Amino acid sequence: MLIFTPRTIQSNHWVLIGPLISIILTIMIGALIFKMLNYPVTESLYQVFISPFSRVDRIADILVKACPLIIIGIGLIFCFRANIWNIGAEGQFIIGTLCAGSFALLFPENNNHILLLSMFLVGFLGGALWASIPAILKIKLNVNEILVSLMLVYVAMLFIDFIVRGPLRDPMSFGFPLSKPYPDGAIISKINFPGIGYLGQLHYGIISILFLAPFSWFLINRTLPGFQIKVFGSAPKASSFAGFNKNKITLGVLIMSGGMAGLAGVIEVSANMGQLQPEVSFGYGFTAIIVAFLGRLNPYGVIIAGLVIATAKLGADNAQMILGIPKVVTGIFEGILLFFLLAGETIQNYKVSLKRNS
Amino acid sequence: MYKRFMKLITFLSILITPFLLVNTKALAKTTKVGFVYLTTPGDHGWTYAHEIGKQMVEKEFGNKVKISVVENVPEGPDATRVIRELAKQGNEIIFTTSFGYMEPTLKVAKEFPNVKFEHITGYKRSKNVATGNIRFYEGRYVQGVVAGLMTKTNKIGYIGAYPISEVIMGINAFAQGMRSVNKKATISVIWANTWYDPVKEADAAKVHIAEGADILAQHTDSPAMLQIAEKKGALGFGQSTDMGAFAPKAQLFASINNWGPYYVEKIKQLRNGKWNTGDGPNHWPGNTWGGMSTDMLLLSEFKNMPSDVAAKAKKAHDGIKSGKIKIFAGPLKDNSGKEILASGKELDDGALWGMNYYLDGVTGKVPK
Repeated sequence: MLIFTPRTIQSNHWVLIGPLISIILTIMIGALIFKMLNYPVTESLYQVFISPFSRVDRIADILVKACPLIIIGIGLIFCFRANIWNIGAEGQFIIGTLCAGSFALLFPENNNHILLLSMFLVGFLGGALWASIPAILKIKLNVNEILVSLMLVYVAMLFIDFIVRGPLRDPMSFGFPLSKPYPDGAIISKINFPGIGYLGQLHYGIISILFLAPFSWFLINRTLPGFQIKVFGSAPKASSFAGFNKNKITLGVLIMSGGMAGLAGVIEVSANMGQLQPEVSFGYGFTAIIVAFLGRLNPYGVIIAGLVIATAKLGADNAQMILGIPKVVTGIFEGILLFFLLAGETIQNYKVSLKRNS
Repeated sequence: MYKRFMKLITFLSILITPFLLVNTKALAKTTKVGFVYLTTPGDHGWTYAHEIGKQMVEKEFGNKVKISVVENVPEGPDATRVIRELAKQGNEIIFTTSFGYMEPTLKVAKEFPNVKFEHITGYKRSKNVATGNIRFYEGRYVQGVVAGLMTKTNKIGYIGAYPISEVIMGINAFAQGMRSVNKKATISVIWANTWYDPVKEADAAKVHIAEGADILAQHTDSPAMLQIAEKKGALGFGQSTDMGAFAPKAQLFASINNWGPYYVEKIKQLRNGKWNTGDGPNHWPGNTWGGMSTDMLLLSEFKNMPSDVAAKAKKAHDGIKSGKIKIFAGPLKDNSGKEILASGKELDDGALWGMNYYLDGVTGKVPK
């Protein structure tokens, strides 16, 4: 029988080496799987793990893919640190997008970027509003926030579907479910590098991470509310003895993470799609939960985790394009990688010993 | 410790370098073809029909083509990235096989004016983006004929995905076929609000059967409806591919989307330097909107029906194929009795894509 005893001293080096070993182990197991399935081993590994970095525009694509994951992930940190389980970031993303999109479509001729800035605000508020539903239900009626936030995802999905097929449908779309294109002022443009031009889909929305990550880090680590969140999450009793307002914290963290998810939605859709469609999120809100934990609930960690997950997705696409390896095979890699990363984290925090039962 | 760590990094980078130098060599004289799929092909339905089309391309051209496929591509920024990547890798013609790839395809096509793009079922196109679509409704007319002859309860249950023109023209074609042989039967429609969800489709089928329908038709993608029909002793029609294996006793026949000839034709055009976007700008649905006459829509074998019904079905099929049967010829009345079209006229393609009413034979109203 395996016994896990918490380690009293944790090695700092392992914070870096642990993930590295996990990645190496993943590569080794991956090689084995490719060998067993008769795919060329080195070429397959190259496509999955290295090809996403092999061109500058591919690296740019990683950033684009990671952008929504990171922004939602950073928002989720607030909730998870406070031990509030917001599983509904997907829905908050959708509602944020929908609010900001509808707002943008009210000004069809606008080409002033003030519109975009107000969309950020509207999107944040929309996501926050959606997330405040589970918060209020929890505060007033002690309803479980996991269930409410999750179920509101499906409500959000059906709602945007209805809106895009009904009230906001472009009359020129022959009945197909698409809204009118956003006005110019609502579009986040791609970055035009002098002398190079565009790199993939790389857009100015990425820059927001450079503000959001330090801001969140500061909020969590250097302010009283941040301190309250951490205490509330790790020692609820101590927090109530200290007189921290439980309801305020619950509402606050859900508003923060819902708002960030909404913001991520605005950026994603304004930069990449430029109109509303029935599907605007492709599981970002759920993947971001993994990203938040993989990044150890640290804003900077979340950036790295988002990049890792995005890389895996891009590698899977490349492997299929070049070698015809089905996505299910490469999907296994993500699983293996997560498994090793979490196992590594466990070993880092706990001493594992074997005890024989007599 | 950090020294050791740096050593490890150096060691790893040495390991990695050879991979970075690997270069994919362009193969001379072969045409590189890219396909983007919405889902994994599986063994039935929309994407599987495209997969069969792709296999036809392989069979036709052998090693003269090199095909890259990417499956499971969501209809958003991922699609843009994947399509662009396919273009960058030197694919000369790229087939994007779902409606939601329309904007991504157009976006990438602008950046690669020399690459040809073939978008399936869209309505926007450009110089190097052609649209391919199938006249799915033609098969539904034949379904209507068979349903009208086979039904004992005179109640037909129809499962639609979404109330969009494409689906509505299918329902109306079904009604026209049914009315040509049966003046009493009616069609009731349940909207599944999804293209693919076996659970919802099965529920809709159960409701139809409980309400007395003995023939089921679907404009959704899973075999769930037929499986329910099989269990409950009803009959029905398969969608996109032959679904007989899922319901050997219930499937009357399936309308099969046959993309292969279209793909082969477009690749041939490209290889001969004669690629073009199709029939011309005034022909609304595009560029290519093929049906039975061009073999883009096939019917599977007629089963589970008496031979005289099968003979009438075949006659309807042949009539549409030869152009003798005009499905939407006047006089047409909607199901409230209002005249849509006078006798002697025929709805044109544009009118089909503007359909927002049910023809006589369908109950209820089109949801707004």
